[in-house]
Amino acid sequence: MTSQTSYKPKLLWLQSITCNGNTHSFLNHPDLASILSHFELVYHPVLETPFDIEEMARGELECDILILEGSFREEGFTRGRVEVSKILEAYAKKAEHIISAGTCATFGGIFKEYDPENISGFCFNVEERTERYEMYASKLISLPGCPIHPKWLSYVLLMMLKDKHIPIDELHRPQELYGITVHTGCARNEYFEWKIDTKGFGLKEGCLFYEQGCQGPYTRGSCNKILWNDTSSKTIVGTPCFGCTEPSFPKTALFSTKTNMGIPATMPLGVPRRAYLTATGIAKSFKIKRLEERIITYDS
Amino acid sequence: MKITEKKALKRESIIQTALQLFSLKGFHKTTIPDIAEKLQMSVGNLYNYFSSKDILAKEIIKYTSEVLGNEIKTVNMLDVSSEEKIKKIVELYFRMAEENPERIEYFLRVYLANREVFHDGCEGMTCVSGFVTEIMIFFDDGVSSGELRDQDFFSAFGLFMGYLGGMVFLNGEEMLTKDIGEYTDDISRNIYAALKA
Repeated sequence: MTSQTSYKPKLLWLQSITCNGNTHSFLNHPDLASILSHFELVYHPVLETPFDIEEMARGELECDILILEGSFREEGFTRGRVEVSKILEAYAKKAEHIISAGTCATFGGIFKEYDPENISGFCFNVEERTERYEMYASKLISLPGCPIHPKWLSYVLLMMLKDKHIPIDELHRPQELYGITVHTGCARNEYFEWKIDTKGFGLKEGCLFYEQGCQGPYTRGSCNKILWNDTSSKTIVGTPCFGCTEPSFPKTALFSTKTNMGIPATMPLGVPRRAYLTATGIAKSFKIKRLEERIITYDS
Repeated sequence: MKITEKKALKRESIIQTALQLFSLKGFHKTTIPDIAEKLQMSVGNLYNYFSSKDILAKEIIKYTSEVLGNEIKTVNMLDVSSEEKIKKIVELYFRMAEENPERIEYFLRVYLANREVFHDGCEGMTCVSGFVTEIMIFFDDGVSSGELRDQDFFSAFGLFMGYLGGMVFLNGEEMLTKDIGEYTDDISRNIYAALKA
């Protein structure tokens, strides 16, 4: 893609059934202008571009990188008075790379709940491959998340710009971003190690895995490695991870942990239940006074 | 036989012998020389394996917990209902009480009765995790399948294991009017009735 040094890859951002969450998330990128300066933005739903929605919907624009946002249905959802499935087909064939940005575009996500039989992601219906998979798999990068972190998208775009290989997993997620769990880097890890629950949401102390529903230990993502707004993350501030990058998103009862007689119903990713319960039972046997106390004691 | 294998066998024979003596005579009335004498080894050599009586006592509870845990693990691996698993666990527990009573006696009369010995190094579940983990897995499977009622772990654990321990204790005191194995059906039914969804 960099064979002609002055050439700027043509970027087209196509929305389907979406809440605009990924669009807005990307607008929060601190280096947005710098990143976009390397590309020719032919169409974007909210940024100023040379072509409007009706021109885009004809399917005739040039396109090197296609970014998809939102979930898909074959019939009954239009943009610029054209079925999105037709617009999608036109640009997916032309594009050298396709990025499914967000869980809806990747797996179906929240909008799939509205019509589970007919709404899906671009190449995956939850975890199952759709008919499009065979046709487009070689071009596809999956970026699930609700929404995506803006820097996940810029990482992929800049790797594409430089013609760098992006290692991916079986669901086409970049391993650099999704090879770890959200638990990795969480500021509460010491509490997890010693199995100390938090006493409530928003507190500095305690782990949210045992009672508050945190899905960080079994959710792939780098939310605690690449911080949100370069500052923090949900789990750091005391809100459970909702598992938004997973094909199974959305689940219900997000603020409580499903347990069977006090035992978490879902184990940390790849950890055998017997090993987890053995380690947990031992860790829980010790009282670590420093971790039982408040970090800061306020006067009032 | 390699030296390491010989040492492992010797170590286990010390554990087995000490387990019997501790269970029979009690922890405080059993001395390291008593154990060494029964094994026909020198006291000094025994100390090469376990540097104190307290450390030996802790190793024994880990050993018995692993033995019982492995038995329950075989039940957990079976593709049968929780009701059937309860019966199998009760059976194996009572069978152990009859065939190897020292293993259960040690838990009841040494581990539970001499907490000061186990306080440092066997905190909480540290030395009994082999057994407790398998009970956790049994409960987890039962609730996941919808057969058992979701409740606090310890209320279920106490009901199950406290009940069995109590029966073995009564058996050890020779207060039961029948062989302990004859109580298996009734007790299994009672436990299931208390735990089922």
